[in-house]
Amino acid sequence: MKRNDLGPMAVDRRDFLKFTGGGIAVAIMLKDASPLSEAMAQQRGYPADFNAYVLVGEDGRVTVFSGKIEMGQGVETSQAQMAAEELRVSLDSVDMVLGDTDLCPWDAGTWGSLTTRVFGPALRAGCAKAREVLLDLASERLGVPLARLQVENGVVSADGEGGRVTYAELAKGQRIERTLDREAVLRAVNEFTLMGTSPRRLDRVEKVTGKARYAGDIRLPGMLRARILRPPAHGATLTSVDTSAAEAVPGVVVVNEGGMVAVLHEDRETADRALGLLRAEFQVPEPTVDHETIWDHLVAAAPTGRTGEEAGDLAVGERASTKTFEHTYYDHYVAHAPIEPHTSLAHREGDRITVWSSTQSPFGDQGRIARTLGIDQAQVRVITPYVGGGFGGKASGGQAVEAAQLAWLTGRPVQVMWTREEEFFYDTFHSAAVVKIRSGLDAGGRVQLWDYHVYMAGTRGAEVLYEVPNAAVVSHSSNDAHPFATGPWRGPGANTNIFARESQIDIMAADAGIDPLEFRLRNATDSRVRNTLEAVAKLADWRPGPAPSGRGLGIACGLDAGTYVAHVAEVSVDRATGSVRVERMWCAQEMGVVVNPEGATMQMEGCITMGLGYALMEHIRFRGGDILDRNFNTYRIPGFQDLPEIHTVLVPNDDLTPQGGGEPAIVCIGATIANAIFDACGARMFTMPFTPERVRAAMA
Amino acid sequence: MRETIRFRLNGRETTLETEGTRMLLWVLRDDLELTGTKYGCGISECGACTVLVNGEPVRSCLYPVSQIQGAEVLTIEGLASGDDLHPLQEEFAERGAFQCGFCTPGMLMEAYSLLQKNPRPTRSEILSGMNGNLCRCGAHKRIVEAIEAAAQRL
Repeated sequence: MKRNDLGPMAVDRRDFLKFTGGGIAVAIMLKDASPLSEAMAQQRGYPADFNAYVLVGEDGRVTVFSGKIEMGQGVETSQAQMAAEELRVSLDSVDMVLGDTDLCPWDAGTWGSLTTRVFGPALRAGCAKAREVLLDLASERLGVPLARLQVENGVVSADGEGGRVTYAELAKGQRIERTLDREAVLRAVNEFTLMGTSPRRLDRVEKVTGKARYAGDIRLPGMLRARILRPPAHGATLTSVDTSAAEAVPGVVVVNEGGMVAVLHEDRETADRALGLLRAEFQVPEPTVDHETIWDHLVAAAPTGRTGEEAGDLAVGERASTKTFEHTYYDHYVAHAPIEPHTSLAHREGDRITVWSSTQSPFGDQGRIARTLGIDQAQVRVITPYVGGGFGGKASGGQAVEAAQLAWLTGRPVQVMWTREEEFFYDTFHSAAVVKIRSGLDAGGRVQLWDYHVYMAGTRGAEVLYEVPNAAVVSHSSNDAHPFATGPWRGPGANTNIFARESQIDIMAADAGIDPLEFRLRNATDSRVRNTLEAVAKLADWRPGPAPSGRGLGIACGLDAGTYVAHVAEVSVDRATGSVRVERMWCAQEMGVVVNPEGATMQMEGCITMGLGYALMEHIRFRGGDILDRNFNTYRIPGFQDLPEIHTVLVPNDDLTPQGGGEPAIVCIGATIANAIFDACGARMFTMPFTPERVRAAMA
Repeated sequence: MRETIRFRLNGRETTLETEGTRMLLWVLRDDLELTGTKYGCGISECGACTVLVNGEPVRSCLYPVSQIQGAEVLTIEGLASGDDLHPLQEEFAERGAFQCGFCTPGMLMEAYSLLQKNPRPTRSEILSGMNGNLCRCGAHKRIVEAIEAAAQRL
């Protein structure tokens, strides 16, 4: 549970510079204390040198380095499990250092449910190699051949009277300059003692005592809090600004440089007041689009599509179909809305700058900061304390660059903590999107035609999934069509695509009078799809019957980040108001080998709860570049009273390496609820979220 | 106007010289270095800044510090007794009733107050009592279960 933002680590204590401010000590380690060589730090791939991942201290504590960050998804713990499993040390002896660009191996960012499935193998391989090298050293030290050695809890012992030696005695807190002349074999599933178990999270005590440190909790002597002048709308330009009244406030520092106007003060509320004293005028472009006209705009602005998945011939599919179905599905912009707003603290020392940042991409921030300041990346260190939620939204680093610029200019430590209003305004929203599907069914209830066009959501989640002989998936995407920034949002694109696909499948099943589970099984040959559907049906005690049955049950399935998921929802619909309540939700997930079943389950529960938002209530209202929803008073997210009963099951598949876990269970929520609404009252929803007004209109 | 504000903070007598119109949240975080209390929205909508004043949960982001004159203030830092976690903290930790942890201090303070007033809440009373505290990670299910488990122990 040790963190790199909290006090000295057991790497090289000589090189700490210590700042203390009001009782919170912050330690900064110099670059040359890094276990990474400079060359390695420049490398843009996961290093082969095991020293990049692990350092065994003289006290026997094992420090594990990862460029991934902890934002709630539990990867501090699951990475420690993977490392400890391969090293053969106890979980208690592991200290994690995450997201520190000086200390950790490079990583592009914590997103895409990649930590376990892509970084995991590199981390495990590094730790396995370290274990084997330590065994070689032990063999030499004890004069005993490898075959007679075994290791448990960081102690290597020889059989008989061969003696014992600890990792700590072998490594002595140093890099180990040694290569391995054999393959370091990863431990097999049947050998696991830590992977596949559910130890309690390493961050649990810090997080329930208020001691967990986030970027906004770091204090440095003399630090300034900055507030930055913001335009009223995206696309607006500053035409004039008068800073004189703000400058007159004692202690206020005003920065007006390169288009950024900021007021800074040691006290945040004084900075807030000074911001209000700026007299600024902006030229705001006339709005041309709003949240009601956006879809027409997006389809008109979309480029010619790019065909991805393709099978057979659509004309043949058309002829093979006894009935065709043509529908269009719509999705809105949705905010990430992490409870922690974007926050950074930047501290300049000479020609170096250190930035503590709430970010999903510390190395991305490092590069952006270096480019903005016109300095070398090696002069920038980004440290990532705990991150208070990300969901894809903390990847662009705006606040980190702002803090770095202001610290560079003023020479003082500067904290930029976005207000909730800034958080909404500068969010990189989940993209509004349109999906048009033309599909066809034969007399046997088999899908023969799948003509799929997605506008602005991309192809994640757009796979046909079912066995369709004649199919084409075409994606029309452009980043310039939106009136503001968009970006990945937990299960990006897949939430839209799977809503469309699984609704269309349901429409065909209902038209054919076939139970929606049976219809899916009839059209799916992929055994992972079938296993997951069957698992959720069993969990939910699914009783077959064509929709709409009046029971309010919906089913959907999907694939995301290598993981298969299937959900059943039970909803009740208030026919007078159109209001939808999700009563129960069941979820089956097949994700290959499961590193931490409890952690995976928490992610499934989180996905289901968060997914209620995009399905039922969340969308950003805007007029041109003006964001109309800027706080939780008008932008409602799911709360306790929206919580359904949640039941989950992990479908075993130890033949497959670990797959993604942070996002898959959110991608079907819109579709599952849409299908449940149809089953409840016969109203088919084509636009998310399913607000009472839309449900009422669909019932009419 | 600068005021001298005397109050009890997590059981200790505390004196502050500051503007009485400042919000308690920033006084706690910036003057007193108690950073467990979080800023989330600034308009009393998310509950991340929840602390107890004389046993009542308040949103410290909109609570002028002059109002704590003579009061008893309890923050997340005062919930445990030394190293002994409060049963709510233990249940949150054991059951994984948190993910990113940013809303957790506010959740715990709200739940603490809920159980003080209603030691045996029904599930529906927990849902309505906690509804003003937002969690974006979706830890709600485990938070409810942790509160129920703590209620059994108190």
